[in-house]
Amino acid sequence: MTIFAGEDTMADTNYDVIIIGSGPGGYVTAIRSAQLGFKTAIVEREHMGGICLNWGCIPTKALLRSAEIYHYMQHAKDYGLSAEKISFDPAAVVKRSRGVSGQLNGGIGFLMKKNKVDIIWGEGKVTKAGEVTVSKTAKKAMEPQHPVPKGTKGEGVYKAKHVIVATGARPRVIPGIEPDGKDIWTYFEAMVPPAMPKSLIVMGSGAIGIEFASFYKTMGADVTVIEMMPTIMPVEDPEISGLAKKQMEKQGIKFLLEAKVAHVKKGAGGVTATVETKDGKKQDLTAEKLISAVGVVGNIENLGLEELGVKTDRGCVVIDGYGRTNVPGIYAIGDVAGPPMLAHKAEHEGVICVEKIAGKDVHPMDKKMIPGCTYCHPQVASVGLTEPKAKEAGYDIKVGRFPFVGNGKAIALGEPDGMIKTIFDAKTGQLLGAHMVGAEVTELIQGYVVAMNLETTEEDLMHTVFPHPTLSEMMKESVLDAYGRVLNM
Amino acid sequence: MPINITMPALSPTMEEGNLAKWLVKEGDSVSAGDVIAEIETDKATMEVEAVDEGKVGKIVVPAGTQGVKVNELIAVLLEDGEDASAIDTSAGAAAAPAGGDKVPAVPESAPAVEVGAKAATDPVPAPITADGGRIFASPLARRLAQLNGLDLTALSGSGPHGRIVKRDIEAALAAGTGKAAPAAAEAPKAVAAAAPTGPSADQVLKLFDEDSYELVPHDGMRKTIAKRLTESKQTIPHFYVSVDVELDALLALRAQLNGAAATDKDGKPAYKLSVNDMTIKALALALRDVPDANVSWTDDNMVMHKHADVGVAVAIPGGLITPIIRRAEEKPLSVVSNEMKDLGKRAKERKLKPEEYQGGTTAVSNMGMMGVKNFSAVVNPPHATILAVGAGEQRAVVKDGDLAVATVMTVTLSTDHRCVDGALGAELLAAFKGYIENPMSMLV
Repeated sequence: MTIFAGEDTMADTNYDVIIIGSGPGGYVTAIRSAQLGFKTAIVEREHMGGICLNWGCIPTKALLRSAEIYHYMQHAKDYGLSAEKISFDPAAVVKRSRGVSGQLNGGIGFLMKKNKVDIIWGEGKVTKAGEVTVSKTAKKAMEPQHPVPKGTKGEGVYKAKHVIVATGARPRVIPGIEPDGKDIWTYFEAMVPPAMPKSLIVMGSGAIGIEFASFYKTMGADVTVIEMMPTIMPVEDPEISGLAKKQMEKQGIKFLLEAKVAHVKKGAGGVTATVETKDGKKQDLTAEKLISAVGVVGNIENLGLEELGVKTDRGCVVIDGYGRTNVPGIYAIGDVAGPPMLAHKAEHEGVICVEKIAGKDVHPMDKKMIPGCTYCHPQVASVGLTEPKAKEAGYDIKVGRFPFVGNGKAIALGEPDGMIKTIFDAKTGQLLGAHMVGAEVTELIQGYVVAMNLETTEEDLMHTVFPHPTLSEMMKESVLDAYGRVLNM
Repeated sequence: MPINITMPALSPTMEEGNLAKWLVKEGDSVSAGDVIAEIETDKATMEVEAVDEGKVGKIVVPAGTQGVKVNELIAVLLEDGEDASAIDTSAGAAAAPAGGDKVPAVPESAPAVEVGAKAATDPVPAPITADGGRIFASPLARRLAQLNGLDLTALSGSGPHGRIVKRDIEAALAAGTGKAAPAAAEAPKAVAAAAPTGPSADQVLKLFDEDSYELVPHDGMRKTIAKRLTESKQTIPHFYVSVDVELDALLALRAQLNGAAATDKDGKPAYKLSVNDMTIKALALALRDVPDANVSWTDDNMVMHKHADVGVAVAIPGGLITPIIRRAEEKPLSVVSNEMKDLGKRAKERKLKPEEYQGGTTAVSNMGMMGVKNFSAVVNPPHATILAVGAGEQRAVVKDGDLAVATVMTVTLSTDHRCVDGALGAELLAAFKGYIENPMSMLV
């Protein structure tokens, strides 16, 4: 009960939980924290929703959707339709992408308000255990910027029993190939091209590199992808990424594997990259733009972590299974707390972190059950161990495969290329991993994720009725194949 | 078409039973509801009623057959106009539950103890607890338990809502707990009974000369007692509280009430209260007054019972059984007494229905009539408490500084310390003592 008017303002800077960073990890953590009855605030310096929905996951999906529809229009004849003088307006494509991002960005502000989470605008720094000092944003914002939500708090000193660092990550920079925003792009610039480049070099074939390669190829650019590892999308099962590579090569994307960019020269016609392959041979590639997509590094700087003795390792904060750092009262979740650097991992890590703070009976996340999705064409999705990793771990495995060409819905969709692969522990029937390439597989993978989380065995999957006609039927067929019982092949 | 009558499951845990007696013979006509056979299970003898009408075409399992599996074909009923030639003998024991099986949701086979004998792809049935509750375990956990010979009923789960998941199996394997009895592994038909650890049958028998003993196979009741009580002592942290209570006022009231009982035309009184009946009532009222002690433990929640359902241990030849006086706190003493007489009589005849002995929120075990001074009883889950009652005897007591004689009995409350702590147990006993020593308060 407030007796003195002064109490309110005093209490205003005191919280149970302060979260630094409003990306998908941070804002979800804030909502869960508020649901648990904690007085919660979130500190954001730039954009509600973080990279994910301003410069990452969401706006790229909008771009890729434009590319997909453009692709279908080009192939209208295959479906008995006609479309003539097909073209696109790059500015309009980008505008739609920004609009999608903007809509969701505004949504986060609404969610914070609905859950009574205070937004503090500025750069947060943990000045001592239990204290966050917020100062004016120093970082130059990436344009175009969405508006700052209304009713935010500003600079000042705030107290909280628990401070959760959720500051995310930023593009890794290779010395000598520093992005300049003009010829050498990161995902920021690649998201808002002033015009479609005629030619493009993509450095790195992880999810970000491959998605931009796919987008720009569909929009007509000549694309070459350079990857240091022997397979593209190196975290994926090699059989699956091999199939994806074949598909993309058919579309005209060129790949240089086991190769690295030695140096880059900028000239009037764009960039010339000297690429060195494993055998020591060098070749020069020239393109209008180069996208650097060689991974991301955690945002651990200027947070006061070093001064407080918070342990970090290779650019990430070191945490236990519940997001706790070595300093009591300071937690970290999401990209800044280490790989896999995925939005859904960050969200769940945050939920576990606050639930643990609230004394709930929670268990650390099993990182083997975090799915990964890449929205190139064809899409790639996976969860769990790849075939080589399962063997490496000493499992005696059963592997099932089912091709899209054996599925009625896939044929009807005109998407006969792809495969669903499942890996089981031969001894226990545990689903160790599932890997997919083909149309809409990013929407399918969750079925296996649920199955793995519920610890189903092959038996339960075989007893599950999958609807016909759907692509999901292939998920059951793949399981049946692993046990020599495949039906439609 | 002939109707198959199969061995019914008389309780959710029943896996097999003995076909004690046929009340019909081949050629007899029966109509729905007729009692056709008596079946003996671990705890009770039950009657089997015909569900359809027809003529008994063939009795497949003769009377006196032991260990008839649930769902096994026991007889075939012929419909109008059919004769015995219509019976398809190939239906055999594997016949699907049909006509005669009136009990739904029957567990199909024994718990998964056939280690190694089964291929990994064989279905692993969902296990059930001794009192018929489903054990929540992930399919992978069930499979791992089967492969490693673990008894899921001996494990507790750390998954959502106490579900047993892979990590619980791994923890049990690391700790070496939860092993199914080795004997059970060898004889898949046997209910996993004996102590999870402990000497094997061979180890025990080796200690004695071969002609110095006789082996008496365990019946279902013995196995159930062994399993349940081992489980109780291994999983429930027992805590004991004893108190002496004076009985003189209670004995006086009892004599007065029994003397006032109305008699029917044969001169039989409407009730005859025993000390035990009054003990049951006093415990029920004490639980009403101290509701925090009227609970059951589950991993996620405290089950706060709204009524005191008092189980009463009844010794019967070959074991014991605990019929339950439901809502004992609401019932007048005369009703408690008469119910107890009926339950006790039928318990001795093994004629109790499962719902009459399953569940309950507490129990009373009275050995006073055998001259026992005091003892400690084993909590019978899902109960959190059990009251062990000793003999009422004249003892020297000190009253107001003078030596006096009073009739005193010692009672010992065993509690499940996970849900009834020591002080709470003491509070419950204090309330109990209050009712026994001021027995008129039980009447209001």
